[in-house]
Amino acid sequence: MFAFIISRILQSVPVLLVVALISFAMFAYVGDPVSIMLGQDFTEAQRTALVADLGLDQPFFIQFAKFVGNAVQGEFGLSYRLSRPVAELIAERAPATLELACCAAGVALLVGVPMGVYTGLYPRSLLSRAFLTFSLIGVSLPTFLIGILLILVFAVWLGWLPSFGRGDTVMFGWWSTGFATMSGIKALILPAITLGLFQLTLIMRLVRSEMMEVLRADYIKFARARGLSNRAINFGHALKNTMVPVITVVGLQLGAIIAFAIVTETVFQWPGMGLLFIQSVGSADIPVMAAYLLLIACLFVTINLIVDLLYYAVDPRLRVSRGRGH
Amino acid sequence: MSPILEVRDLRVEFPTRRGTLVALDGVSFSIAPGEVLGVVGESGAGKSMTGAAIIGLLEPPGRIAGGQILLQGKRIDNLRYDQMRRIRGREIGAIFQDPLTTLNPLYTVGDQLIETMLTHLPISPAVAKRRAVEWLEMVGIPAAAQRVQSYPHEFSGGMRQRVVIALALCAEPKLIVADEPTTALDVSIQAQVIALLKRLAREKGTAMMLVTHDMGVIAETADRVAVMYAGRIAEIGPVREVVKNPQHPYTAGLMASIPPLDRRVERLAQIDGAMPRLSAIPQGCAYNPRCPRVFSRCAVERPELLDAGTTLAACWLHAKAMTDA
Repeated sequence: MFAFIISRILQSVPVLLVVALISFAMFAYVGDPVSIMLGQDFTEAQRTALVADLGLDQPFFIQFAKFVGNAVQGEFGLSYRLSRPVAELIAERAPATLELACCAAGVALLVGVPMGVYTGLYPRSLLSRAFLTFSLIGVSLPTFLIGILLILVFAVWLGWLPSFGRGDTVMFGWWSTGFATMSGIKALILPAITLGLFQLTLIMRLVRSEMMEVLRADYIKFARARGLSNRAINFGHALKNTMVPVITVVGLQLGAIIAFAIVTETVFQWPGMGLLFIQSVGSADIPVMAAYLLLIACLFVTINLIVDLLYYAVDPRLRVSRGRGH
Repeated sequence: MSPILEVRDLRVEFPTRRGTLVALDGVSFSIAPGEVLGVVGESGAGKSMTGAAIIGLLEPPGRIAGGQILLQGKRIDNLRYDQMRRIRGREIGAIFQDPLTTLNPLYTVGDQLIETMLTHLPISPAVAKRRAVEWLEMVGIPAAAQRVQSYPHEFSGGMRQRVVIALALCAEPKLIVADEPTTALDVSIQAQVIALLKRLAREKGTAMMLVTHDMGVIAETADRVAVMYAGRIAEIGPVREVVKNPQHPYTAGLMASIPPLDRRVERLAQIDGAMPRLSAIPQGCAYNPRCPRVFSRCAVERPELLDAGTTLAACWLHAKAMTDA
């Protein structure tokens, strides 16, 4: 078990190095940081001094090694745009994105799984058909459109919920949370639904098809022949067997939710990492973009590791039984 | 002694877009307490369908369209799903063909046994746990106390079928419906599993309906045998008589196609043609187009089971015999 975790972590190192290389390459190829920092008027001497100061005259791999060394310590330099340490900027924005992403994932799971189970169990019922139609909308409408429609209905027409921002936040240490105030919670609802809707419908459709597949399995028929109650069969035997593929997808989608919260954050002017990233793209703020890229890569790697561990917990067949004979 | 199971004139239909298919028609038989009834026939003859109808698990859209199924004198074919559920496992145990797929891969065999017992028997979880180990011992799984915590994938096919047998028997049903219990197993394992099933059924006084297409298994295990053809019973009687002295031409053809062990034969007899599809069952006796002894009445009228001396056979030859006598 421990060896498994270690080996998975080692496997992820090359992945992260490649991502680091890409982010590093941005410094060299996306605009020239020196000219950005020098502004309009500068002398050649000033330029050379700055290049030497930034270490840009050193060979490529030394620069890269320094970059990786700094990145490991969470040191990504100063933002060009805001002239503040990148790590500080991201730490400031991370709680907003993480709270939003967790709520979105929570909505997607808590609503998507039961809907999937229901439509899998009763594929012909009217409600199932309604769910499926609804899911088609969720899958096909782009996120920004859903966000704008929700704003139109609930913020503009009905006026129940705010259309932008996080509302009032409360600081717990360095973590700013929107859960502590009513306005914070209200502000969270629309973005969370917008962000989670696609995942919700995806999870629902996945659970449904897996459920229908599993219900045809021989062991379900045998469970019926053993006279087990419907509840035990549907939720004990069938649902547990549908969970393995669902865990994979949910894990990957959680990464996607965090990484691609950008659109939702833009629509709702949500002060999270995604908005920070999009603003940085606008002003070619490369240190922030590089750090964001690496952070997201780390996140995906971590989530994948957790997914693998969950498999391990759910499916005994994956627990390699050493020394136990057949 | 009154029978454990009585099937009267069972008819199973499958409504399809192109009309209703009759999968079983006029199937009648009974099984006495402790008796083993073998059911043989070609694929698609309706053997498994009969078993599925008895345990109330016909695949939709299949449905019982006529006749009665009585368990200890009480009708069970018209029970609601939940009433039938209480009978399944508790009164009628079932064993399926492929032990590799009939066990839930995510639960230990112990958990599956305990779950079944707790569903049907008024016992505490601790008792159920102890009995689970006892059952694994009874079906011949070595080191049962440890293996009770193993998952199905940690057992071989033969061992898994033993677990399935334990699961079918653990709530002590009075009838076992075993649908091809050895077909998916190695030949060397088949005999062991059949012997085990037979021994347990005898010890517990459990009656058994043994569905198979293996005449060897039937000859060894069953007391009586029913030969099915195209959704009907062609012949039914004591296993010895049906094997040695078949009264229905189909049974005779079936027996002639089994290689004898005591002498050499150059070429086995075979029955020409194939069993008709459900959508094209011929008029009269379903076997008449293939029957070597067919005569005019066979193509017109369908024979019911008739007294053929030692067995009952659905064949007009025996009606003639009776009128002649």
